Amino acid sequence: AARGCGGVWRRAWQRGAGGPSPAPRGQRAVACNARGGAVPAGKSGLAPWEPVVGLEIHAQISSSSKLFSGSQVQFAAPPNSLVSFFDASLPGTLPVLNRRCVEAAVMTGLALNCSINKKSLFDRKHYFYADLPAGYQITQQRVPIAVNGSLSYSLCIDNKMSQMVTKTVRIKQIQLEQDSGKSLHDDTRSQTLVDLNRAGVGLMEVVMEPDMCCGEEAAAAVRELQLILQTLGSSQAVMAEGQLRVDANVSVHHPGEPYGVRTEVKNINSIRFLAKAVDYEIQRQIEELESGGTILNETRAFDSKLGCTVPMRDKEGKQDYRFMPEPNLPPLILYDAKSLPANMNHQQVVNIDLIHERLPDLPSVKRAKLVERYGILPEHSFTLLNEDGLTEFFENVVKQTQMKPKKVIGWILNDLLSYLKQHSLTVKESPVSSFLLADLLNLLEKKEISSTAAKQVLAELWKGEGKTPLEIVKEKKLELIQDQKELEQICQAVIDGQENE
Amino acid sequence: QVSAALKEGRVTPTELCQRCLSLIKSTKFLNAYITVAEETALKQAEESEKRYRRGQPLGVLDGIPVAVKDNFNTAGIETTCASNMLKGYISPYNATVVQKLLDQGAVLLGKTNLDEFAMGSGSTDGVFGPVRNPWSYSRQYKEKSVPKSDSKAEESNWVITGGSSGGSAAAVSSFTCFAALGSDTGGSTRNPAAHCGVVGLKPTYGLISRHGLIPLVNSMDVPGILTRCVDDAAVVLGSLAGHDPKDSTTIQDNFKPFELPNLSDVSKLSIGIPKEYHAPGLSSEILALWSKAADLFKNAGAKVIEVSLPHTCYSIVCYHVLCTAEVASNMARFDGLEYGHRSDMNKSTESMYAATRREGFNDVVRGRILSGNYFLLKQNYENYFIKAQKVRRLIANDFVKVFRSGVDILLTPTTLSDAVPYMEFIKEDNRTRSAQDDILTQAANMAGLPAINVPTALSERGLPVGLQFIGRSFQEKQLLTVAKWFENQVKFPMIQLEVKRHDHDAFQHQKSASFS
Repeated sequence: AARGCGGVWRRAWQRGAGGPSPAPRGQRAVACNARGGAVPAGKSGLAPWEPVVGLEIHAQISSSSKLFSGSQVQFAAPPNSLVSFFDASLPGTLPVLNRRCVEAAVMTGLALNCSINKKSLFDRKHYFYADLPAGYQITQQRVPIAVNGSLSYSLCIDNKMSQMVTKTVRIKQIQLEQDSGKSLHDDTRSQTLVDLNRAGVGLMEVVMEPDMCCGEEAAAAVRELQLILQTLGSSQAVMAEGQLRVDANVSVHHPGEPYGVRTEVKNINSIRFLAKAVDYEIQRQIEELESGGTILNETRAFDSKLGCTVPMRDKEGKQDYRFMPEPNLPPLILYDAKSLPANMNHQQVVNIDLIHERLPDLPSVKRAKLVERYGILPEHSFTLLNEDGLTEFFENVVKQTQMKPKKVIGWILNDLLSYLKQHSLTVKESPVSSFLLADLLNLLEKKEISSTAAKQVLAELWKGEGKTPLEIVKEKKLELIQDQKELEQICQAVIDGQENE
Repeated sequence: QVSAALKEGRVTPTELCQRCLSLIKSTKFLNAYITVAEETALKQAEESEKRYRRGQPLGVLDGIPVAVKDNFNTAGIETTCASNMLKGYISPYNATVVQKLLDQGAVLLGKTNLDEFAMGSGSTDGVFGPVRNPWSYSRQYKEKSVPKSDSKAEESNWVITGGSSGGSAAAVSSFTCFAALGSDTGGSTRNPAAHCGVVGLKPTYGLISRHGLIPLVNSMDVPGILTRCVDDAAVVLGSLAGHDPKDSTTIQDNFKPFELPNLSDVSKLSIGIPKEYHAPGLSSEILALWSKAADLFKNAGAKVIEVSLPHTCYSIVCYHVLCTAEVASNMARFDGLEYGHRSDMNKSTESMYAATRREGFNDVVRGRILSGNYFLLKQNYENYFIKAQKVRRLIANDFVKVFRSGVDILLTPTTLSDAVPYMEFIKEDNRTRSAQDDILTQAANMAGLPAINVPTALSERGLPVGLQFIGRSFQEKQLLTVAKWFENQVKFPMIQLEVKRHDHDAFQHQKSASFS
């Protein structure tokens, strides 16, 4: 059930001077209330709307070969260079399950608190499309590998890192399935070009129940999932390379009434766009319903340039996928320590308990450890984990300086990070290394310079001219004067100067 | 026998190969072969000869000419499935079973004819035309057929081979090869074996790899073995069986090839006679033969009892639902995009698909695809597909119960009658014929059990009639041992083929009918 709450909508509505004037499409923000629930403003202001957002996420499994064949998995390889006979659906070829993909799915299921199904099944999902050579996709429709999990994620309220609230979304299931190839439509020559490199790559489809209620929640949930997948190594989850694809299911209804008709939104290429797409669609549905229209159970594509969703051309009418068990793959049987037969060859089986033991620290655990170890705020730990390499950078600085971590974090998050963001740099690309920063902070800690001076030095360091903080301090004469006598002389000189005016 | 001859140098692989090739040419009118791989076969024969000269043959199959049904992938050789969809399709890889034969030194003569995509029970519905039963040209058949004044009588009187592995059965029957691979989904190896008077073995599902066999029904297909005697079948089985990592439905257990003992004492055997196999339409001739066979065992001291497989009558409809559903799915890949026939229609991808599939598939295939898709629709799935799966389980359980009660082997007829003339066969459509002809062989596919046709006697019309033995899962050794005993008892006559030969050596063929 959506966790949005009423109440705040009125405030949002009354914010506009006078009455409810409809904001331009796509720009009307969805306000989040104090508890993190989204409550969009309705035009009439009479009955509040409760948006409901569920997600279907496809994560490409990080493995050296595909789910059912031995061809390599690689991004941006020459077209059709990574296609085995099976991938091309040559007649007589048969699927052979990739063990690594199964392990990746089990890891992910465990990390998401799912029950792992010791017996899961494979099915064929039929439809005709140029990028689906066999005319069917092998997936797990009847009994997927993992079910009934949960994902906790945090949202900041008021857009400041001051207050964070934790929410949970239920994971319905995780299923293993094949990725399709790619088709490029060449309209000038009226032809479609098909690249099957991606056909057959292993995917984990993670289905999140409609427990979210706005774009921000969806984005935060996906971001956390991304971090988890990257930590596990089960998927690199880079959205820009198509390793993580998100489809959003959106509907709205009045509290207490049954759920409304939902639409599926596809073609979302980044987490930022996800939030935008979801919010836009919520607004669109509200406006549509309030003006007496109806919502069609359709699939819509997100147009990132226009910032809106549009109906997708080739998804007219409901498809009957004619699901059928995949006859060439026996049921997938997984074992745990208890059920593992004594004489079983360990190479041939996947042991859930073994995988569980080997799970790395999940982001939530990592964050808690950072807070405990360094005394930083939870919000800080989020930012540290969110930026690739930032945690490492921070810890390196802490190691090399006497300054307390609680103070170091300020320099990391405020100065370092904002600079990197301004110049669109990653932590790895930072011209200021952890060594240099630690050096600088040591000067500050020893009271050889003031904090204002430190900021000036940092500004110089950004230029990356190879000078050390000490050199810059000397150059710009930024040293703090420690000598009492010298200070008295200067003060006297200033006072004398004043008197002369 | 011929294997010994090769070893002893009485005949060389190249001679053997050439003789077979020449006989293929002489028997071209049988239309048993779609592709004859003359060049590669001769090369293989040469290689084999070198090995024999060195005294290092690879095994019993080294130098033995074999044929393979045209729904198995053969690298570098056209694989058509007797369909326009795959005309001109050159496989880029060998099916596992083909590779195994080649690894044993067998000489691949060519690809044999079949019903399109193995759908049919007559080997009459492929794009290369029907296969003619070699027995149509046998003295035995001609003596018995009503003499007609019309000289073209022989032409129009020929009988079918049965199907769908008719080409393979005809090839073995007419001595053009010593063993052939077929496939068996509902009886497609045993049926033509019975009509052509050869041994047709359907192994247990999961024993032999299906990798490279273009599938009809993945959950029932098996590669079938056709030979002139049971010992030969055992040899071929030995070279083919075993786990294949490329086929996840093959069992992991180690398979040990076996030699068949010469059974002399059958008193410890329990033969089951399933009463439901006294099917409507069973010819009185075959009924009598079946009875005679049962008596044979009884008189030799075996325990022969009547058993019941109560769900047999449902197997046809059940098979129909499951088969068409899998067909609809398996044929979905034929869209003209990556390989095979592609229509010139290019207004849109969808119109190209539709035209390609209409042009590439015959009526039978298209009919099954439509039926199958119907059964797989969401609203029908429960009532048809799931129901059929449940009935399938019941049919399989019938066998389990019977075997558990102490029965070792089941003895049944293979076909309802001897081979019918082509002109009569085509009066009914493929669907009707399949439903009729598969009835005695299908259940074994449903249950995944091994079964074998052993040629038993000639009918009144001078045509072969065979009987079927069905065994326990993975108990091929027992099954073949019993089959061999039976074969020795009935002494089925050799075909007296009257063929205008290319060379006089063809007759000598008949003397070395088997290779083991």
